[in-house]
Amino acid sequence: MKHFIIRRAFASVIVLWGVSTLIFFTVHMIPGDPARVMLGVRATPERVESLRESMGLDDPLLTQYFRFFGNVARGDLGRSFRTNRPVGHEIAVRIGPTVQLAFAGMGLALIIGVSAGVLAAAFRDTWIETVVMMVAMIGISVPNFVLGMLLMLYFSLHLRWLPTMGHGTWQHFVAPVISLGFLYSAIIARITRSSMVEILGMDYIRSARAKGLSERVVMTKHALKNGLIPVVTIAGLYLAVLLGGTVVVETLFSWPGLGRLAVESILARDYPMIQAIILVISSGFVLINFLVDLSYGFLDPRIRYD
Amino acid sequence: MYRKQWNKFRAKKINFLAAGFVALLLFTALFGPRLAPYSARHQVPGSVLTSPSSAHWFGTDSLGRDLFSRVIHGTRITVIMGVSATFIAAFLGLVQGLIAGYYGRMWDTVIMRFTDILLSIPGILLAITIIAVLGPGLNNVVIAIGIGSMPQFTRVVRGSVLAVKEEDYVTGARALGQNDFLIIVRHVLPNIMGPVIVLATLRVAAAVLNAAALSFVGLGAQPPTPEWGAMLNEARRYMRQAWWYTVFPGGALALTVLSINILGDSLRDILDPRTYY
Repeated sequence: MKHFIIRRAFASVIVLWGVSTLIFFTVHMIPGDPARVMLGVRATPERVESLRESMGLDDPLLTQYFRFFGNVARGDLGRSFRTNRPVGHEIAVRIGPTVQLAFAGMGLALIIGVSAGVLAAAFRDTWIETVVMMVAMIGISVPNFVLGMLLMLYFSLHLRWLPTMGHGTWQHFVAPVISLGFLYSAIIARITRSSMVEILGMDYIRSARAKGLSERVVMTKHALKNGLIPVVTIAGLYLAVLLGGTVVVETLFSWPGLGRLAVESILARDYPMIQAIILVISSGFVLINFLVDLSYGFLDPRIRYD
Repeated sequence: MYRKQWNKFRAKKINFLAAGFVALLLFTALFGPRLAPYSARHQVPGSVLTSPSSAHWFGTDSLGRDLFSRVIHGTRITVIMGVSATFIAAFLGLVQGLIAGYYGRMWDTVIMRFTDILLSIPGILLAITIIAVLGPGLNNVVIAIGIGSMPQFTRVVRGSVLAVKEEDYVTGARALGQNDFLIIVRHVLPNIMGPVIVLATLRVAAAVLNAAALSFVGLGAQPPTPEWGAMLNEARRYMRQAWWYTVFPGGALALTVLSINILGDSLRDILDPRTYY
């Protein structure tokens, strides 16, 4: 087990190194002079040149690359072109709302998805299964921003139950969380159903029924416990994907998170900020994948790593 | 020969509905601009944000343009975006996957580690990174989404190649002295296309969705292009006055993705060799 953790941690670090290298070189492929972008078109060539020098842009690319890593290792992600404040500060402020949104979205997805999936498996080949699976298919297909706009149209503008945008009270969470989480509840419902269907065909379920246990006990104690293993791992993996989805939902609901910051930064050509956001979200992604990998062993004692 | 597959397809009525809608979509993409009552940019005087009526089935937008016509014009853009982004992804993925799977060794290590790295950046974020380099715009979104979904193809192709290259007919071709290129094109490629086609169908839906999402946040198609995501972005400002501005482009987008997804799903059921028996 210890060996496995070390090996996986090492692999994660390698991937992170690869991601940051890729991002570094991609961002340096962006046409145009960052110093010029920062100072605007009316700046004199002398000012641009002195800024280039102070930013180290005249150094060889490899030197810049190593300096970038040195800085990242010390937690220095550079300064925003737009605000000239440290990128790290801005991200620290914005990461909270995004994490809240992501976890709330996944929580909702798990609650709805697991219940729907279990329902579909328990009532296999009945109209209940058909309806649940059809709704799940729709859930996978409706874009999160379309769903969000429809919710806004009906619940915020027509019924006036919810605020249209912003962040603060629990009401602000309702529409963004549903828009973000609905897709994943559909995915989780499909996985839960197929996992449960497989498990309900196992011998030990037949034994449990044969010894006279009630259907409820068979379902919850015997089937669900085992059926949830793939669901939990996949939910973990999708939590990482969901982080990417916040970009659109945050823009729609003016949610003060990282995703919206990423879009704003691209439109403003704020490259240090873009670089840092992608690095932060990808790190979250790699970290979650690492934890999911470890969780296999805890959830299913039959899995051995060596 | 295809009876078994046809019976599987026929078993679900929803498949016909989805196939019908996709056919309608393709028809609209081809001939729609000629059939639409107005051009995409024609402003009808005196009818700004009018609700749906017999003259304007989907109502009009903030500049008095006929929304029905704009949705129809947008169909072509959506279809072209989805298909070309997927084509880029499939082509790049095929090249990488074939090299990695067929030649193995160092090629395999380098390509697959690169793929791992790409896979550890969420797809839409990877697309956004590429847009940061190329700049916002419709064509750049297509390229970005193409590159963004390339790693999935690389993985699938490589996996299939690894299985196919051990087959007797490949060994036979090699024994006959055929060169690698011919073996790949004549023997390997035709035998790995099943999973690639299934993945491509499912990725078209994702590409349509992501392209619309990027246009929606302002990184893709720019107004006055009648792209559905861009139209929805414009609609946001008029949600209080005009529900139709959101509902029709949004509905078109959702139905499109839904029917492609349903088709992709049944295609997977039919073509996936594991479910044959």
